[in-house]
Amino acid sequence: MAIESPISGAPFDGQARTSAVPVLEARGVTKRFAGVTALDSVDFAVRPGESLALMGENGAGKSTLIKVLTGVYQPDEGELLLGGVPAKFARPLDAQRSGVSTIYQEVNLIPLMSVAQNIFLGREPRNRFGLINFPRMYADARALLDVYGIDVDVRRPLRSLALGIQQMVALARSVSINARVVIMDEPTSSLEAREVETLFSVVALLREQGIAIVYVSHRMDEIYRVAERVVVLRDGRVVHVGGLTELPRVELISLMLGRSVEKVSRGGTTAFGGSHSSSAPPVLVADDLSRKHQIDGIDIQIRPGEVVGLGGLLGSGRSETLKALAGVMQLDRGSVKIDGKTVRSGSVPAAIRAGIVMLPEDRKAEGIVPGLSVRDNIVLAALPRLSRGGFSSKKNQDAVVDVFMKRLHIKASSPDQIVSELSGGNQQKVMIARWLAMSPKVLLLDEPTRGIDVGAKAEVQALIDELAREGLAIVLVSSEVEEVVEGSARVLVLREGSLETELEGDDVNEDRLLAALAGATDSAITPGADK
Amino acid sequence: MTEQTVTITLPRRGAVLGVLQKYGVYIAIIVLLLYNLFFTPNFFQLENFRTQFVQVVPVLIVALGMALVIGTEGIDLSVGGVMALAAAVIPLYIGYGLVPVVIIAIVVGSLVGLINGALVAFVGVQPIVATLSLMVAGRGIALLIANEQLKSVIDPNLLAIGRDSLLGVPYSVIIAAVLVLLVALLVNRTTFGKQLIAIGGSRRAAELSGLPVKRILLLVYVLCAVLAAIAGIIGTARLGASVPSTLGNLIELSAITAVVVGGTPLTGGQVKVAGTVAGALLLQFIGATLNQHNVPDAFSQITQAVIILFAVYIQRGRTAVR
Repeated sequence: MAIESPISGAPFDGQARTSAVPVLEARGVTKRFAGVTALDSVDFAVRPGESLALMGENGAGKSTLIKVLTGVYQPDEGELLLGGVPAKFARPLDAQRSGVSTIYQEVNLIPLMSVAQNIFLGREPRNRFGLINFPRMYADARALLDVYGIDVDVRRPLRSLALGIQQMVALARSVSINARVVIMDEPTSSLEAREVETLFSVVALLREQGIAIVYVSHRMDEIYRVAERVVVLRDGRVVHVGGLTELPRVELISLMLGRSVEKVSRGGTTAFGGSHSSSAPPVLVADDLSRKHQIDGIDIQIRPGEVVGLGGLLGSGRSETLKALAGVMQLDRGSVKIDGKTVRSGSVPAAIRAGIVMLPEDRKAEGIVPGLSVRDNIVLAALPRLSRGGFSSKKNQDAVVDVFMKRLHIKASSPDQIVSELSGGNQQKVMIARWLAMSPKVLLLDEPTRGIDVGAKAEVQALIDELAREGLAIVLVSSEVEEVVEGSARVLVLREGSLETELEGDDVNEDRLLAALAGATDSAITPGADK
Repeated sequence: MTEQTVTITLPRRGAVLGVLQKYGVYIAIIVLLLYNLFFTPNFFQLENFRTQFVQVVPVLIVALGMALVIGTEGIDLSVGGVMALAAAVIPLYIGYGLVPVVIIAIVVGSLVGLINGALVAFVGVQPIVATLSLMVAGRGIALLIANEQLKSVIDPNLLAIGRDSLLGVPYSVIIAAVLVLLVALLVNRTTFGKQLIAIGGSRRAAELSGLPVKRILLLVYVLCAVLAAIAGIIGTARLGASVPSTLGNLIELSAITAVVVGGTPLTGGQVKVAGTVAGALLLQFIGATLNQHNVPDAFSQITQAVIILFAVYIQRGRTAVR
């Protein structure tokens, strides 16, 4: 055991101690990665039997904090305390043995083994010959699951069970290993509504036993049902700690996004020139876009020359909607039409032929081909068009590459420079050039300015303006409220995979967007409001 | 001790690695040739070089196809099995003449490539697993076809491929040279070549850019198998016999070595055709040098292993530098 002595030496009599002593605490925890501060002196504490929500948008530091709490990362500064005693988790196993368990959306168990074997993995009851005592193991597993009202055959292989039940097994396993804190990271994202209910009742039981719950989710309804306190992270800092009942949703969301609820007017700090509305007939009409667990019945119409923002928190289905339009995601239901003609669903080449192109969110993994030159990256999609009889024509390529390198001000020593040597902003421009070379009708932008410097950001925003003026239909997804509000003529707000509302004209402002992101009015945040 | 000071500017480690990565295989060939010029009697004779080139042809042709597959971040272990299959069908159809038998052998080989490609591209089996099963199955079927027998092939046209020359250049070498040019053209000048390299560089980005990723992968494995089948025909022609039990045994390893030593990374995204030719020649010359100095065969295999490790090390170093 690599656990430091203070932990193993500290008796934890959960009942005797009052809830004043946090079961798990982080004090002044700072974590840096290659110059980026992911966590900045974060204080965090969870008390026995309480349920604490951990909230924050992308990049706020939630997952880094969880990884520090569970021994995956070591803090650069600050310390962890377990039951009031300084603790150090050199690796995840240490945290687990000290009673800090994590439940992820994907179940980290062994699919082919039986339920009972999974629960007792590594600590199977033995008979006097040192062999596994199967009857006892099955009985123990049965008894354990009965407590939570989970009725399954413990001999069945885990993978034959529904995902929700698998998660319950994972929960039961961690609780039976003497868990004192259970961290749940998006536990419901792939569960059916009924399974969610089971999970919540198990959570209630765990809390009765004095086990602390740290709950991470993007679903507001769940947060308000499950948790009593909330810690909000933004840019690696704790920006709010407090009870949930006295915190309206709109305020919680504005805390997460870092925007004040009161007044923020149009024309702030972005480089967008004006609103781009249009009265032309729509170029893209999407009806009833649906895919299980991701999006549900989304309708979108976009006119040429119009910039339409897709608003929504992480997990609201905004990226999924773009993927559905771009043919990246197969649809269960619904259709996408360009100029009245249906585009085959789930086929990227078909979408591109129809004129729908998408700038993916993850530029490094899904956008650029890092080892290739700027030229090869720009012409990647347009290659067949720039070729004659299957032979690529350097002349044709150069014509296109020249035009876009000049127009988008791509800073590279030459078109032959390897693209991964460019700055993030220039890589993003290369990606945009790749799609403009296809002369598209609809341009889908997923976080077009993420991770690029201020100058490049302004350039990209100005370019979006310019393209819209030239008649391109643009869909803009951004986690920056300001960018969505100032860049778009209309904003479609998504929540939990469905279209919540549509903002138009003067309603496109930060107040209205924040309110829409919050979804249901605050009065509806009562237990039972769950979908 | 002298008073003189000699200043030697050592280039940065990164620069050395960069040069080695780019030109290492050519430098190694030159060093080896120089060594032989001074220490190996009769090495620099036309007849010896002719022999060396004729011997390298099958590995070289297989390596060309392997380079394409590796460029897509794949690997093809079934090339030896394809060679055996091509060899096995030759005695069955040689009665129809040279051209029909060549076509049949290539078609049979490309069927294996089709299965490989379908498994990799459409079913999603890892290349090493898909082609491993075809490596075993290919030779097994070849042995079934041949009834596990060696059959001599006495068709004069076929034998001419293995033995005759045009203006002093063996036919097999001419065929190999033409194939090298065709593959170089394919890689550097065609849409297909650019797309296969992009797929190796980032399959996800290629998919999202609308490239026909599955079709290209399928074609790459078919091409690799076609080249292996051609190598099988040439190998059979040279032996004057169909020997499905041993023809092309372990050739996948030599081919992979030639490709990697030639500067094509196993991680895909690049295809070095000239480097692959040089890699195959380097292996051939090393074998010949050791052989002519009466070094046992086992030792030359160990040398091969060392070269692979060194080549991979250099490539890894380069990515670390970047």
